[in-house]
Amino acid sequence: MSETKKQEQTTTHKIGIYLWIWGLLFVLSFFSYMVDWYQFQGLLRWSLILLFMFLKAGLIMAFFMHLFWERYALVNVLLWPMTAIGCFIFLMVAEFKYTVFTRLFYFVVGG
Amino acid sequence: MSDPKIEGYEFKPGFSGMAQDTGSDQTMFKGVHWGKAMMWIFLLSDTFIFSCFLISYMKGRGSTLIDWPNPSEVFALHVGGVDVPLLLIAIMTFVLITSSGTMALAVKYGYEKNRKMCGWLILATAIGGLTFVGMQAFEWSKLIHEGVRPWENPFGAKQFGSFFFMITGFHGTHVSIGVIFLFIYAYKTFKGHYDDEKRGWFTTMKGNYVEIEILGLYWHFVDLVWVFIFAFFYLW
Repeated sequence: MSETKKQEQTTTHKIGIYLWIWGLLFVLSFFSYMVDWYQFQGLLRWSLILLFMFLKAGLIMAFFMHLFWERYALVNVLLWPMTAIGCFIFLMVAEFKYTVFTRLFYFVVGG
Repeated sequence: MSDPKIEGYEFKPGFSGMAQDTGSDQTMFKGVHWGKAMMWIFLLSDTFIFSCFLISYMKGRGSTLIDWPNPSEVFALHVGGVDVPLLLIAIMTFVLITSSGTMALAVKYGYEKNRKMCGWLILATAIGGLTFVGMQAFEWSKLIHEGVRPWENPFGAKQFGSFFFMITGFHGTHVSIGVIFLFIYAYKTFKGHYDDEKRGWFTTMKGNYVEIEILGLYWHFVDLVWVFIFAFFYLW
């Protein structure tokens, strides 16, 4: 009895929203492919790649994975740990710059 | 969105709901299916694994003094006498997004108790995933024929091969596991296991269309990871 009661209360979203997101993902993927097709270089290339990447990731997470409609507790539990990844990226950028520096340094000075 | 209500428990939206959730007795995420909460936790840990791969790739690529192979040349396909850059990768991306879309619709139709539609969409998703793995196998064999190895390659920095095989291989493994489960779930859906509340094999939990959503979360995550691999490995 309680099982059927539970199921009556589940709600779904209109099909239109999924089709819209689907279409947007196609368009964004096409744009990111065009970045390579037209061989944009340097800062323009990197910023466009990151822009399309984050837009696509955001759309998938928000609408296909329903995070947009989820309770805040779940959203926060999922998104805050990502800052640790940000810190790790920051640390490793410093690390690879240091590695490049030592490689160049000892190439010039000699071991 | 699909969380059933618990009798005598009123969930508040927004931050007051969050405070209520984290401060609630016995369990957090009241009313959320445990499988769904656990899938999210698993996906979070998987995010960290893929992040570690991509960050080590960044570190490796950033610290080498030898030129990195140009991905748009390495992954070009020779079609009709011209080299089309990244063609296969672009097709793979579109196939994966298509399968993600069909999965999202499968979840929707599952909750609407549209058994046939849900089953066909899961089957379509599985076939999309299978196509993706097939194309990846083709890409791997093509590169291996060209002499790309984890320890060397003819195009440039030697680290390229090890990062390529590790990252795309780990992602491909995720896709393959997903495809296996998609076929199983398509069978279970067509058989009506979720309508009849038939119990599963791993657990004694009653069949419910929430399982389709849990599978969907995994599948969308695989697509999500590909978005990052596509951006950082193939386009950068």
